[in-house]
Amino acid sequence: MSEKYIARSTAIAARMLGGEMMVMSAVDSTFFTLNEVATVIWHAADGRTPLSGIVTQVVCEEFDVEPEVARRDAEQFVEDLSRHGILLVSDRPFENSASDPVEAA
Amino acid sequence: MSYMHEIAVEIGGMPILLRTQDSSFRELLATRYAGFIASFQQPLFEFDVDLVTPSGEIESEEDVHVEMQDGQWQLRRGDFRAQWDPRAGRGRIRQSANPYSIDSVLRIVHTLILAREHGFLLHAASAVRDGRAFLFAGVSGAGKTTISRMAPPDVTLLTDEISYVRRDADRYRACGTPFAGDLARVGENCSAQVNTLFFLEQGPENRIESVSKVEAVRCLLRNILFFAEDAELVSLIFRSACEFVDRVPVQRLTFVPDERVWSMIR
Repeated sequence: MSEKYIARSTAIAARMLGGEMMVMSAVDSTFFTLNEVATVIWHAADGRTPLSGIVTQVVCEEFDVEPEVARRDAEQFVEDLSRHGILLVSDRPFENSASDPVEAA
Repeated sequence: MSYMHEIAVEIGGMPILLRTQDSSFRELLATRYAGFIASFQQPLFEFDVDLVTPSGEIESEEDVHVEMQDGQWQLRRGDFRAQWDPRAGRGRIRQSANPYSIDSVLRIVHTLILAREHGFLLHAASAVRDGRAFLFAGVSGAGKTTISRMAPPDVTLLTDEISYVRRDADRYRACGTPFAGDLARVGENCSAQVNTLFFLEQGPENRIESVSKVEAVRCLLRNILFFAEDAELVSLIFRSACEFVDRVPVQRLTFVPDERVWSMIR
């Protein structure tokens, strides 16, 4: 299976509030709340680290989860957010990946 | 064309000058916006209003569209067409001589102004008690008109339908609006610092519950009036909603539709 690279879209607004990450599409106003694992993946979506690397090096390091379960959940999360244009997905690293757009509150 | 009849409508402290060739339309506006008429010496923006005879073009069922084209906002709905150049401070409205069309244009213009100032228009009743403003948000049928109608005499009603929320340093102010709902009563033209935002629900008992910040942002976004198809402004609205929730207590108010609920609003 080929590698996937993920990057945050620039057409979104995101904010950490009350310990939860909220992301809204600036294009269609779709609103998401991310759980802890999804938030970690979101922060790690730098366009250069492959998704498999994010799962093994970040998710499995921070959470008590089986690698296969983490991989499956991460794939689903990426598919959901990419469908709304919130995450961008490519089979090669992004040349100009977005900086983290999160505003802390 | 000579737009000799002028009137300035000031909502939320923002005077907007309207010019028309028709003296009776000016009088209609003076009646409609009584209590919100300002001096027109220094308006923030000016609009020329072209009145047209209702026709297929201007009275269709078309939904509202708001978009920026070449530096000008284009506002369009079945019953009006408007252009507004925010940098020049000028615009033009084309509509028939009914007050509902210009009311909608003013609402849209204020949402665009407020979006850049960290404020918003909200589907909410609002009222002032003891110098503090309370907002009661909810969709149609949630109880905005009901709670407004039951307000005791010491409460000043700002609106029963559309609340005007402005950023005021680190806090927020709610301002009265002439945008009335089913109560058909124009709000008082005054303002006060926002104390609490309640999301309304009618139920079998009076109850106030806390709302998580995420839920508060979600509900707030659902009730903010916003029409523009503009990604930058959508991001600004999102940021404004988050900032508001971070600074103002947000609670869910379930209430029985009688006046006892006001004993909890203090």
